[in-house]
Amino acid sequence: MTANGWIQIIVFLGLILAVTKPLGIFMARVFSRERTFLDPVMRPVERLLYRMTGVDEDHEMRWTEYALTMLLFSGVSMLLLYAIERSQQLLPWLNPQHLPAVAPALAFNTAASFTTNTNWQNYGGESTMSYLTQMVGLAYHNFASAAVGIALAIAFIRGIARREKETIGNFWVDMTRATLWLLLPMCVIGALLLVSQGVVQNLKPYDTVKLVEPQQIQKTGPDGKPMVGQDGKPVMDTVATQTIAQGPVASQEAIKELGTNGGGFFNANSAHPFENPTPFSNYLEMFFIFAIPAGLTYTLGRMTGSQRHGWAVWAAMAVLFLTGVTTAYWAEAHGNPLLSGVDQRTSLAQPGGNMEGKEVRFGIADSTLFATITTDASCGAINGWHDSYTPLGGMVPLVNIMLSETVFGGVGAGLYGILIYVVLAVFIAGLMVGRTPEYLGKKIEAYDVKMAMLVTLVFPFIILVLTAISSVAGFGTSSISNPGPHGLTQILYAFTSMAGNNGSAFGGLNGNTLWYNTAGAMTMLVGRFFMIIPMLAIAGNLAKKKYVPPSLGTFPVTTPLFTVLLVGVILIVGALTFFPALSLGPILEHLQMVAGKTF
Amino acid sequence: MADKKKSKAIWDVKIVRSAILQSLLKLNPRKMMGNPVMFVVEVGSVVTTLLLFRAHSSFSFNLQITLWLWFTVLFANFAEAMAEGRGKAQAETLRKARAETMARRLLPGGGEEMVASAKLRSGDEVLVVAGEFIPGDGEIFEGIASVDESAITGESAPVIREAGGDRSAVTGGTRVLSDQIKVRITSDPGSTFLDRMIALVEGAERQKTPNEIALNILLAGLTIIFLLAVVTLQPFAIYSGSPQTVFVLVSLLVCLIPTTIGGLLSAIGIAGMDRLVQHNVLAMSGRAVEAAGDVNTLLLDKTGTITLGNRQASEFIPAPGITAAQMADAAQLSSLADETPEGRSIVVLAKTQYGLRGRELAAHEAVFVPFTAQTRMSGVNLDGREIRKGAVDAIIKYLQQHGTVLPKDVQASVETIARSGGTPLVVAENRRALGVIHLKDIVKGGMRERFTQLRAMGIKTVMITGDNPLTAAAISREAGVDDFLAEATPKDKMDLIRREQAEGKLVAMTGDGTNDAPALAQADVGVAMNSGTQAAKEAGNMVDLDSNPTKLIEVVEIGKQLLMTRGALTTFSIANDVAKYFAIIPAMFAATFPVLNVLNIMHLKTPESAVLSAVIFNALIIIALVPLALRGVAYRARSAEALLRRNLLIYGVGGLIAPFIGIKLIDVLITGIHLA
Repeated sequence: MTANGWIQIIVFLGLILAVTKPLGIFMARVFSRERTFLDPVMRPVERLLYRMTGVDEDHEMRWTEYALTMLLFSGVSMLLLYAIERSQQLLPWLNPQHLPAVAPALAFNTAASFTTNTNWQNYGGESTMSYLTQMVGLAYHNFASAAVGIALAIAFIRGIARREKETIGNFWVDMTRATLWLLLPMCVIGALLLVSQGVVQNLKPYDTVKLVEPQQIQKTGPDGKPMVGQDGKPVMDTVATQTIAQGPVASQEAIKELGTNGGGFFNANSAHPFENPTPFSNYLEMFFIFAIPAGLTYTLGRMTGSQRHGWAVWAAMAVLFLTGVTTAYWAEAHGNPLLSGVDQRTSLAQPGGNMEGKEVRFGIADSTLFATITTDASCGAINGWHDSYTPLGGMVPLVNIMLSETVFGGVGAGLYGILIYVVLAVFIAGLMVGRTPEYLGKKIEAYDVKMAMLVTLVFPFIILVLTAISSVAGFGTSSISNPGPHGLTQILYAFTSMAGNNGSAFGGLNGNTLWYNTAGAMTMLVGRFFMIIPMLAIAGNLAKKKYVPPSLGTFPVTTPLFTVLLVGVILIVGALTFFPALSLGPILEHLQMVAGKTF
Repeated sequence: MADKKKSKAIWDVKIVRSAILQSLLKLNPRKMMGNPVMFVVEVGSVVTTLLLFRAHSSFSFNLQITLWLWFTVLFANFAEAMAEGRGKAQAETLRKARAETMARRLLPGGGEEMVASAKLRSGDEVLVVAGEFIPGDGEIFEGIASVDESAITGESAPVIREAGGDRSAVTGGTRVLSDQIKVRITSDPGSTFLDRMIALVEGAERQKTPNEIALNILLAGLTIIFLLAVVTLQPFAIYSGSPQTVFVLVSLLVCLIPTTIGGLLSAIGIAGMDRLVQHNVLAMSGRAVEAAGDVNTLLLDKTGTITLGNRQASEFIPAPGITAAQMADAAQLSSLADETPEGRSIVVLAKTQYGLRGRELAAHEAVFVPFTAQTRMSGVNLDGREIRKGAVDAIIKYLQQHGTVLPKDVQASVETIARSGGTPLVVAENRRALGVIHLKDIVKGGMRERFTQLRAMGIKTVMITGDNPLTAAAISREAGVDDFLAEATPKDKMDLIRREQAEGKLVAMTGDGTNDAPALAQADVGVAMNSGTQAAKEAGNMVDLDSNPTKLIEVVEIGKQLLMTRGALTTFSIANDVAKYFAIIPAMFAATFPVLNVLNIMHLKTPESAVLSAVIFNALIIIALVPLALRGVAYRARSAEALLRRNLLIYGVGGLIAPFIGIKLIDVLITGIHLA
């Protein structure tokens, strides 16, 4: 670990701290339909959209209508993406590589993946998706699913803030405003900044270039295995050219981060030099991932009238973030203890530590920082191979997702995710002050606890059950690339990532099989919508309640003590649920590695 | 204190003995279903019992695990039975009062007939004469009598009950000591006050309170999560090449699910009810007890609650030219025949301050002038002296009749006293004002501190009084209440409650009169005085058998303590799981993966001893916490922040650490005696 690394990490958190308030205020104004500086441009567009679609912007929805509208919108969007994927070879535009239709199971998986803001990718973008599919199908979902997430968070905040009201806002209005006022403008700026760093933006067919130095590589046989000659020697092939993929990358890259989507244009995601060419672009992408989720904590405080509560939630997120990044950075910077003869020290000549699977232009600190951020938030973009991390370093991204991505979290999803934990923390500890637990003046009663428990249950249920099936059934284990605990971690990571709508891949697991495509798609859909519905039910129920004014006897949700309690509840609930699985995965692997055994 | 007198030792032999039997009877699965957490443990116990003779692994280990699982269920049942047993013991004393009696029912056409009290219906009219038991709850419509209510209140001094007014309600099972009364029965047999009380303390009619239901959902949810974690662990174990026995898996499950709070939850609820009864307060529902914990505003009647019932003379302020002793002498003389508490206090003050003893007046020609509504004065005519004392305006009128006026200085003193919240009484002798007696409301000792505590807990106190605003302000300042309602009419009281409730606050109040009934019904917690009218008792959701309005504060504290105990044990129970993982997970897999022994941070001897120790700890902690569940966690009046910090430290952090120590100790013990 170096001072430089630490400074980058601390400065990053400082930047997030700095953007929280202005962005939070801006979002509060946007969703309260107050005037902002963007109104002269966006308001006419917004009105036009409503007139075209027949949306009454003053109509207020109950939580049931809100949920139903959201489901309908997501369902139709998902079908649309599926149709585009399946027919991309027939469509006349923007398919310079003449890529064929996407296979049904994969198309289903991808449609579910992008609709749920997961962006789990069982394909390589450059070899599967036409430019049209990327732009109209995938990028559209990057905006739409992010806007849905933000809308839901705002609806939940309204549920807390409103008193004795039946409604929690209008889904169409929230979603439209999230797109027009927030996502679009920021993406335009982001895309331009990325282009300035060298991210490509074109519609050209792929380039083929001559290699400066032709390479000898082993030939691959028809069975997919490296070919070996009759003399037992590998059959070699000389490669003299390389295909360089192109495409409208920059426009998709900005929303990939800003909307915490994470679906890469290319297979290598943000490790690819055309997606993330420089340390600056890397920093910018990380900043974009956390910006909106951090800002929403301030919006929460502002709209509920308890700014200090917003900061208390922010602080809990920051504590968990720092814990994660410190662990990952420490584990990776210390490298692999088995390579005792190798110089793994940090010096001017080398980054040191465990550099396997990391980009040299980012180094250890910025790679582990990226890995922590992308899994804290439900983004899933990667700039390195989590599979190649040391067992403990690789456990950090896994645990981050297991904490339901509440550490800033996905756009919107992070906020309503942590608020469910807040409800639970308030209920468990709230009784200890001798009152019926209250959260910002709303009593937490049986119905709220029931719904919160449902949300909390769905997540481990799909992860554990599907991982368990995959770990003993042939169709599950056949996809893993390493035996032993590492293989278990690969499966566990895959389902955790999909259930948490993260989408980052641990790597190493072949997900493009019938089982993983189908089970994965179901996992993503359940992980998103089965958690949203009870969450909205709580919002609707809270909105109906009477407000109890705070007094000295009220459970404090604005103090450092509350932050500590919230962190404790998140860690304990997460740890208690997943500790057995983790102990046979990364923990066991780490201990065996220390003892000299690897997989 | 009443609670000291009645509270029993926790481990009363008789109660323990019957609780042991009850805990076996409660194993009936249909009864266990109400408690999802313990039901899962029972199912686990049944499974391990069935597999006991078929399993190939160590029989001794499996047997011990199975036994301890059963003990876990039994201990939880025992906790509940203990709480119920204590309630029953209380009910037993009550039931004695309910012995069958014969009643004289008045016939519509006149005359009476003897019927068994059990045959009386609501609306019947009965005659009760001295020495007889009152056959049922009712309202006196004719007569006055002294009644012994010790059967219910434990208070041996008889109380007066009379027709009309606010003291007309009588309770079945109490005894008329003198005179005779006619009572209109107001409840059917089986639903009398006593019946309800018995049912409540016995826990027979106990319904789960809203909060308890919410907590049960949380516990059920956690149980399902842990069920998932354990059930899916087996496939992971198979993948890793070290499948587990059912015994070990069930052990892990039972250790993880919140058995501590699950086992003690109903005991906590029953014990809370029981604590109220020990304070001689009868709650109509558990819901009311919970609401008491949530109260934001307390409406307290000034008289009897904040101040002693009566005003007392505190000072003599003589008019110019009169000595204090002179004035005290006149004041005492005028009050000698005054039997009101105020009058007596004047005599006492004169005696203590000026050494004036009560004098023998028989020798003199003393004619006492009693207080009348017309003159609003009292006094004495003695040896040509005409001494009068009374309210200012009455004395002014008296002086005017005799052509004199009140001196300016006296007028000034009167105003000073009024402003300070006191009541001035002017004393005059032979048409001349002698001075002013300062009658003062005496705030009960310790009230100021209690109000300060209540404020720290975020509870606002409002004093209700019929006094004028000036007086009310002065007393509320002295007592340290947050607000007051002066010249309060029942409607004002009602409006105040509505106003507070509209702001989302919960309001508690006490009351006894029929005109209090609407407010009692409107308040979230309405404590009716047992001495009050039937209407008041019906309207409130609690009845204080001692008729002590100050007890409202204790009721609030009991409500809070109940909620705190639940929260504390829930937190403790969940925090415990961390240590259990560290005991059981390495034990499960250490045979296949010796490196996992690093997680065995307690250095438990063998895998068997580790699992067994965790299970034993899990069972014993229920028993160990029974006293805490029955007594409630230590309660202190503090702000929520301070309470949370303290309880999180004790039950959260303590809950993390305690099982590490406990499990290690049990491990040392059982390996020492070679059980595992």
